[in-house]
Amino acid sequence: MSVDHPEVIPEVTVSSTEELKRKLNLPRKGYKIGEDDEESIEAWQKHDTMTLNFGPQHPATHGTLRMLLNLSGETVVKLDPRPGYLHTGFEKLAEYHTFNQFIAVTDRMNYLSPLANNVGFACAAEKLLGITIPPRAQYIRMIQAELSRIADHLVSIGTHALDLGAFTVFLYGFRQREFIYDLFEISTGSRLTTSYTRIGGVMRDFPEGHVEQLAGFCKQFMMVFDQIEGLLNHNKIFHDRTQGIGKIGAEEAINYGMTGPSIRACGVPYDLRKDEPYLAYDQVDFDIPVGTEGDVFERYLVRMEEMKQSVRIIEQCLAQMPKGPVKVDDHTVALPDKSKVYGSIEGLIHHFKLIMDHHGIDMPAGEIYHATEAPNGELGWYIVSDGNGVPYKVHIRAPSFIHFAMMPRLCQGGLIGDGVAVLGSLNVIAGECDR
Amino acid sequence: MSITVKNVSLPRGKSWIDNTYVIPVFKGLMLTFRHLFKRKDVLRYPEEKKVLPPNYRGLHMLTRDDQGREKCVACEMCSTACPADCIRIVAGDGGWEDSREKHPVEFEIDELRCIFCGMCVEACPEDAIDMTDMHNLADYTREDFIYNKERLLGVYDEYIKRHPDHAKRRDGVFKKMMNSSYFTVSDVEKAKHGTGH
Repeated sequence: MSVDHPEVIPEVTVSSTEELKRKLNLPRKGYKIGEDDEESIEAWQKHDTMTLNFGPQHPATHGTLRMLLNLSGETVVKLDPRPGYLHTGFEKLAEYHTFNQFIAVTDRMNYLSPLANNVGFACAAEKLLGITIPPRAQYIRMIQAELSRIADHLVSIGTHALDLGAFTVFLYGFRQREFIYDLFEISTGSRLTTSYTRIGGVMRDFPEGHVEQLAGFCKQFMMVFDQIEGLLNHNKIFHDRTQGIGKIGAEEAINYGMTGPSIRACGVPYDLRKDEPYLAYDQVDFDIPVGTEGDVFERYLVRMEEMKQSVRIIEQCLAQMPKGPVKVDDHTVALPDKSKVYGSIEGLIHHFKLIMDHHGIDMPAGEIYHATEAPNGELGWYIVSDGNGVPYKVHIRAPSFIHFAMMPRLCQGGLIGDGVAVLGSLNVIAGECDR
Repeated sequence: MSITVKNVSLPRGKSWIDNTYVIPVFKGLMLTFRHLFKRKDVLRYPEEKKVLPPNYRGLHMLTRDDQGREKCVACEMCSTACPADCIRIVAGDGGWEDSREKHPVEFEIDELRCIFCGMCVEACPEDAIDMTDMHNLADYTREDFIYNKERLLGVYDEYIKRHPDHAKRRDGVFKKMMNSSYFTVSDVEKAKHGTGH
């Protein structure tokens, strides 16, 4: 039974797995093909294999991701990632929206950390404009970005552990995420679709008493953090499912374009917050967690440590945050205060000039690339502007897309169950992957 | 700030305690058991309802002026700023008896198209459109979700009945809320317990 076209799902002619194993003359149960054992993979491919559709509707794919697996028994001989099932045309939408309007669209990309997307796009547009936002707005953006990093990592670790059979971590993690979403609700007015940043600052200042709430969150979060760590760090089943799985070396990971916690797990201390500091990240103290092995377990450890460091950053931001405006004092970029709009004719004119069609922010012609350290890796924004109010083209370097392309390298030769572990550890978000 | 790198690797050789699997299981069960005696985090909806912040971005409303007319002057700023293109306005002449030059004859918001980003509220120069804390919208047909002017004014009437201090709430009176259902520092200390593992 040979499969010429990968989309064709062939009939399985063997009656049982045992028969298939016998037919293929598998050496022993759980046998894994080594990384450089290409010859045997080819030899196996000549044998009959079974094609299996993993997704797009599968609970372990965390979204509409699809992978075509060629299986020999339970061993993955070939893996073919098929993105595009959640294609929403966000990049095309950018060409029909003004810069501020597009921020509402960025919420929907990585739906586990919408605020990180908001911050990333606003920073890129400000770089093109050549403006610096007030320090308070920078600190607010940092706090929100770090909070969303914690929320993203909690879901990532929770669902990862859930796929491997540890249900408790998921629930404790989600409780904390709920706290974070409550905080988002208070500061932005929405839980998921935050749309919080604006070009030149943020939508509104933190409400009264919000700093204390944030401090309260940081304080109780470390408690739950210890619980999650206690449940997984010394769990034998978790060890067996994750250690030595999806291993990749530093050099190869760099060649593939891996970023974020995944590359740090390989031992590369690559963190845009330190390497190319944006906002006020050069004024806070934090460590870059790195691993040595580059397997699924290390990616989990790096994510855990990152949450700890994020809490550290938030605490420092709360202590250092100055008072002042949260938008640039430039009427060609940021909307004036409502009191000015209601009370003065200049304020009203500036307000109208920014919103009316064919007016808006006076964005210069040119192109810019700006990348921020999103929870999953380097989230890059390449904006081409032709001087109109809308971008000529926006390209988004989505870390999930690049990580999803690495799935064959990380999974081929392993078992199907390992594929689930690897997918969970990379935290591939379909909305961001397909854009 | 210098770059500090922290290695988080754990030693891989499993200790015999981890290998027995008895003690880790016991520890995990202890942690779960302790959660039995902790404060429950469940809200019994719909009997109990969550307190939503004053700036929550829910269903829209059209506010009324002191004479009971809509404040809107049909400048179409909101429909221009809307990223989802869900607001439709037909402007009309105010006439002699009306002190306003322009007012909306028709004002429709398609709540199914709306993405609740709040940019219309930001764009309004007259404080005429605002968002409420109503979020549980349900209806039978798609047409029912197209809110016309009368319905949006009705939302305002309903909202102002519940929150007569609407303007003050917007100015940032968050203290009452902080003491209600949201966690505070003292709240956290009350619920403090030993760490797991």
